[in-house]
Amino acid sequence: MIEFRLNARSGVPPYIQIVQQVKHALRLGMLEVGDQLPPVKAVVGQLTINANTVLKAYRDLEREGLVESRSGIGTFVLRRPPGPSPDTQNLLQRGLDRWLSEAQAAGLDLESIEALIRRSIYTAMNEGVA
Amino acid sequence: MSDSALVTRGLAKRYRDQWALKSCSVDVPVGCIAALVGPNGAGKTTLLQLAAGLIRPTSGEVNVLGSAPYQDPSWLAQVGFLAQEVPLYRRLTGDQLLGMGAHLNPSWKEAVARDRLESLGIALDKNVSQLSGGERAQIGLAITLGKQPRILLLDEPVASLDPLARRDFLSSLTEAQFETELTVVLSSHLVADIERVCDYLVLLSHSQVQLAGRIDELLAAHRWVVGPRQTTEGGLAQHEIINESHTERQSTLMVRLNGPIHDPRWEVADVGLEELVLAYMGRKRVDEMASNQRRLSIVEDRP
Repeated sequence: MIEFRLNARSGVPPYIQIVQQVKHALRLGMLEVGDQLPPVKAVVGQLTINANTVLKAYRDLEREGLVESRSGIGTFVLRRPPGPSPDTQNLLQRGLDRWLSEAQAAGLDLESIEALIRRSIYTAMNEGVA
Repeated sequence: MSDSALVTRGLAKRYRDQWALKSCSVDVPVGCIAALVGPNGAGKTTLLQLAAGLIRPTSGEVNVLGSAPYQDPSWLAQVGFLAQEVPLYRRLTGDQLLGMGAHLNPSWKEAVARDRLESLGIALDKNVSQLSGGERAQIGLAITLGKQPRILLLDEPVASLDPLARRDFLSSLTEAQFETELTVVLSSHLVADIERVCDYLVLLSHSQVQLAGRIDELLAAHRWVVGPRQTTEGGLAQHEIINESHTERQSTLMVRLNGPIHDPRWEVADVGLEELVLAYMGRKRVDEMASNQRRLSIVEDRP
C-alpha cells in the first residue's frame, strides 16, 4: 500500500497530485497490477482532505483504465500507464538536450530557460483544451 | 432544488439600523463541505444562525433540508450546530455530556460519538474544564455528530485551536462527512484549511455574497493576465475584471473568464484560492448589476 502526501505550495490541485502519485508509483513499480489503492476514508483522514477530492482522483484513474473500483471492496490497479517506448523517450530527450545547449550558447540562464519551457507547456496545454 | 441542502433567496437580517446580511442568495449542494469566508462582521455568523433557526430573517427566505428552519423536533434532529465558543457544561465529564446527548436527541447514536472520542484517546471521565481546547472541540463535534444530523453548521470551529488540534479536528470532520454523506457549512479564515477540506465556497463581504460556487469551478473560471500597459483591450473586453493594478508599463489583472484568451501579448497564469479570496474580499462594494458591466479601464485612460 502506498501513502500520499500533498504539497500545498505546488499550486497543483490536490486531486491531480494524487493522480500523479499513483502513476508515479506504477511507473516505479511501487504499485503493481492487482494492488489496492489506499481506501478513500484512510486518505481523507491521513491527508485531512475532502473525500470528493480523493473520489475524483480515483475516478480519473478509472477513466484512464488504470484502476478499477470494486464496489464495497476498494480500488485496484488494472494496468500500468501507457507510455512511449524507451527508444522514443531517448530520442525526445536528445532533442531537448540539443535545444538546451543551443539556449545556453545563446546566453540564457537556467531561470530564463525554465520560463520559456513553462510558457510553452502552458500554451500547448491550453490549446489542447480549447 | 432537492439536491441543495441550504438554499437562501434574498435573505436579509437587520439589527436596529445595521444590516448584518443583505440580499443573500446561495445554494449549497447536498454532500459538500462548504466554506463561509469573509472579513469579520461580513455576516458569516448571522447566516449560520439563520440556517440553524436560532434567529429569524428580517426578509427573504432560508430553506434547510427542504423546509424553513423552525423549532420543530423532527427538523432540529437533522441539523447539527456548533457555536464558535463550543458551549459545553464545563463541570460535567465527557461521559455525562454523552449521557445528556442520548437523553436530548431522539436519533442519538452513542457509538458514533463514543468511538470517535475513544479512538482519539480523550479522557471521558474528566471534567471538561480540565481538557484542552482541542479536546473540547472534539467533544463538541462528537456530540453534534452523535445526533446523526444531515447538515452540520460550524461557526469558526478551528479558529482557537493549535495547528495539530486543528488538523485532528478537520480529519474527524472529513472522515465523518465521507461516512455519513452529510453536508457541512463551516466558517473559517484559514484558506489553507479550506483548500484541503472544502469543495464549495461562499464569500461574504459587506453583508453580501460576493462569490459562491464549487471551488474547482471557481478556480477554473479565473486567471491572472499580465501584459504591457499600453495594450489595448486585447480581447479582454468580454471578461469580467475582478482586480487590476497598473504600473507605467505593466498591467496585472485578475479576470473571470468568459471564453479563452487568445491574444499572445497577455501572459496568462492560474489563480490560487487564497488569491481569489483576497481579490474578492478587497473589492470595493459591488452591486450585482455594476459588477457585470465593469470593463477594462485601461482602455480609456491610456495616454
